[in-house]
Amino acid sequence: MSDTTETATQGAVTGPLEALATHITAKIGDAIVEHSLAARELTLRTTPDRIIDLLTFLRDDPQCLFVQLMDVCGVDWPERAERFDVVYHLLSLKKNLRVRVKVRVDERTAVPSAVPVFPSAGWFEREAWDMYGIMFADHPDLRRILTDYGFQGFPLRKDFPLTGYVEVRYDEERKRVVYEPVRLTQEFRRFDFMSPWEGAQYILPGDEKASKG
Amino acid sequence: MAEVDIKNFNLNFGPQHPAAHGVLRLVMELDGEIVERLDPHIGLLHRGTEKLIEHKTYLQALPYFDRLDYSAPVNQEHAWALAIERLLGCEVPLRAQYIRVLISELNRISNHILNTTSHVMDVGGMTPLLWGFEEREKILVFNERVSGSRLHMAYFRPGGVHQDLPRGFAEDLLAFVENLPRVLDDIERLIVGNRIFKQRNVDIGVVSAEDAMAWGFSGPMLRGSGVAWDLRKSQSYEVYDRLDFDVVIGNHGDCYDRFVVRLEEMRQSIRIIKQCLRDMPEGPVLTLDAKVAPPRRGEMKRSMEALIHHFKLYTEGFHVPEGEIYAAVEAPKGEFGVYLVADGSNKPYRCKIRAPGFAHLQAMDFMSRGHMLADVPAVLGSQDIVFGEVDR
Repeated sequence: MSDTTETATQGAVTGPLEALATHITAKIGDAIVEHSLAARELTLRTTPDRIIDLLTFLRDDPQCLFVQLMDVCGVDWPERAERFDVVYHLLSLKKNLRVRVKVRVDERTAVPSAVPVFPSAGWFEREAWDMYGIMFADHPDLRRILTDYGFQGFPLRKDFPLTGYVEVRYDEERKRVVYEPVRLTQEFRRFDFMSPWEGAQYILPGDEKASKG
Repeated sequence: MAEVDIKNFNLNFGPQHPAAHGVLRLVMELDGEIVERLDPHIGLLHRGTEKLIEHKTYLQALPYFDRLDYSAPVNQEHAWALAIERLLGCEVPLRAQYIRVLISELNRISNHILNTTSHVMDVGGMTPLLWGFEEREKILVFNERVSGSRLHMAYFRPGGVHQDLPRGFAEDLLAFVENLPRVLDDIERLIVGNRIFKQRNVDIGVVSAEDAMAWGFSGPMLRGSGVAWDLRKSQSYEVYDRLDFDVVIGNHGDCYDRFVVRLEEMRQSIRIIKQCLRDMPEGPVLTLDAKVAPPRRGEMKRSMEALIHHFKLYTEGFHVPEGEIYAAVEAPKGEFGVYLVADGSNKPYRCKIRAPGFAHLQAMDFMSRGHMLADVPAVLGSQDIVFGEVDR
């Protein structure tokens, strides 16, 4: 796309989003902790107790009509006290707009389930529970969805190792699949891509002598 | 005779079943032959793609997208490339945009051939599958000519496409798409008016437009219910806004409409391909920004700078500025989205893959309730499920 069309579409896209942001903050501003407009996308942040109000408003308000919930997912920020973000992506077919809604939550608090507002939230919330252990209150069927039957732990958390804890193989003697602790035949390779010139936190071997003298 | 307590019958369908389109386990509660409740168990093909992507550089993560919906691999790569490009603010050369559209549409045809003909097979017709796969095979050969591999192409790179079209490709492709409508006509004549096919599909799995929207449907599933929504038109990306094609919609939202929508979409894709071949300009196929895209091979052999860039890009990779983006494309199955959270390093912090099939399969219970057991494969076939993307 050439430069002129790029800026033209940018104006055409961010204009309605700004108007939408002001409309939403005017109508239901008490439910919104913060909102931002970045990369031509509108992000609203709310609190777990107001999420259902906000989603219902976004679905039903004649200027929003975000009738489709395209996605719900978790994001893990372990260094934060409320470590999880629950991210909802909504799509308005009428207005041809998208909006992202975020909620911060910790491991022990539950987010009210969005199933009464959007039936499609069911599996997406099950997935967020499966992958991150984010709890959803009043979910009709909060079982694990993608992982194995009887799986332990929450694999997409940042403190869950890539290799997992157990591995499976078929045992010829017992004639069934057995679970065993992961044994790596080779050390797991973790590369450090930080350039030593750009604030690496470690000391290169031999460098400690430089400061001594 | 004393009244007997009649219990509903529980039936386990799959995970290994030819009509399950992969590894789907359906636990069904049947009252006689009527489906009372249906619980899909998925995840049997879960490979932890999102976790793996967090541990790879942006370029290394790209081939994982081929392995999601393996019947139309490039459309997934497309969403990934778009997400990265939008965060980087990287511009794609015009020729590369045309090539992307061209190959995407070619793969849309290949996907729809696979789906429509195997849907016919699910309800008892063998012939169209054989006819369709002959054409699909030719498309896979085109894939191979352009990228080196038939299925897992890894062809769309951030900043453009990996290689230019090989010599003679455009002519051969044009000849192919000129001939393809004849095969589609054959399939259509055999199936669309067919009494048995209609008996198995008309008024089966009816979804109203409101339900389709509430359940997060997209693509042919949404259009089959009469909602004229196509991301290629409404949130146009690449050069789709310069091309002339129609959005195909159905009226009744049943399996039959969805089938016909897909058949007609193939013809629209042929139109798009012809226009691409006609309008495609000359020029580079990968951005010239050496910090994002590796140098061309010939240049690398002569220039030290180019060699350094090549080495850096294939070891460390490029850094994507901090931010988040949701990039969606109209994949053959519906809206395929990538929600990417970047933290400024060379690896994605979080990459959520929004697969259309996931939302569609979720509605399986509501679509087949009250139908006969034999309708379940028809509903499943019309949803166009591929487990690579549902389980991720």
